[in-house]
Amino acid sequence: MTTKEALINYCLRIGDTSLILGQRMSEWCSNGPILEEDIAMTNIALDHIGQARTMLTYAGELEGKGRTEDDFAYKRHEREYYNSLLSERPNGHFGDTVARNFLQSAYFYHLYSALSSSKDNMIAAHAAKSLKEVTYHLRHSAEWVVRLGDGTEESKEKIQTSFDEIWEYTGDLFEMNEVDDVLIKEGIAINQTEIKAKWDKTVDEVLVRAKLQRPKDAYMHSGRLNAIHSEYLGHLLAEMQFLPRAYPDAKW
Amino acid sequence: MSNIKDSQGDVWEVFVQSKPGLPHKHAGSVHATDKEMALQNARDMYTRRNEGTCLWVVPLNAIVSSMPEDSGSFFDPADDKAYRHPTHYIMPEGAKHI
Repeated sequence: MTTKEALINYCLRIGDTSLILGQRMSEWCSNGPILEEDIAMTNIALDHIGQARTMLTYAGELEGKGRTEDDFAYKRHEREYYNSLLSERPNGHFGDTVARNFLQSAYFYHLYSALSSSKDNMIAAHAAKSLKEVTYHLRHSAEWVVRLGDGTEESKEKIQTSFDEIWEYTGDLFEMNEVDDVLIKEGIAINQTEIKAKWDKTVDEVLVRAKLQRPKDAYMHSGRLNAIHSEYLGHLLAEMQFLPRAYPDAKW
Repeated sequence: MSNIKDSQGDVWEVFVQSKPGLPHKHAGSVHATDKEMALQNARDMYTRRNEGTCLWVVPLNAIVSSMPEDSGSFFDPADDKAYRHPTHYIMPEGAKHI
């Protein structure tokens, strides 16, 4: 595997996770529990879609076959997506969304912190720019974890269940394959075990503040690296891709 | 603290400073259950298009406002006291930079 091939895949992993989480967050538009939260979640959706655009555009440039960001977003099939299994989990209730976003944002926060010094200039610039956004996403979701966890008896029970149920999708975030080996050697990517150690610390700190129990590591799903997904991604893509597939000549 | 309540949490008034050194101006209000969330909500509602460098959020019930029925006694006495304005005074000849 060449460095370029590895880098294209690496961009898709980051870009697809941003895109799918952005699409999920956009589903909250007009459905937020209060007006302010509706706007916050829609803002977060736009941040993620913006991040996806940069990475998908870069993947297209590296590939050199003329594929645009839209081609990547709207003309790929389920088995060509490299997003995390976590990012495609359904929104559920507000607490489910908060738990999912917190776990994914903590990951992005530490990933982008590390990639800010990547030897690939484009990755480094993207990471530095996105870090400011995900810092806010992490703060937003973490504050909600604390408020729901240390809130009423009902909110505590609900968000604890959210964490318990989604936990088995967190292992997928940190898996590595040949792509990582090639890029780590070049100083472009970061070893996921380093991210995992920092992610663990952030997650533990917030769960302690929230008076919640960290779920025990048990069976973990995997799939991200091989573009294998849960049953939810297909439905998400069907909705997201409907318009450009039904009207291929439609312009923004 | 008992703020004014509705179904969406307390009301907080938001003040945005557009540039360092300038006064914080009232921008509107947000709902939130506590001060940290009020600040986050204010950030999302009022500063996401580069409007600010600093934000204040103030619980609505911490603001003391004059009442419309007091406006006569509060503001009218200023009407006929032109000498309170600098333009009332004739500038001495030769005074520059005033």
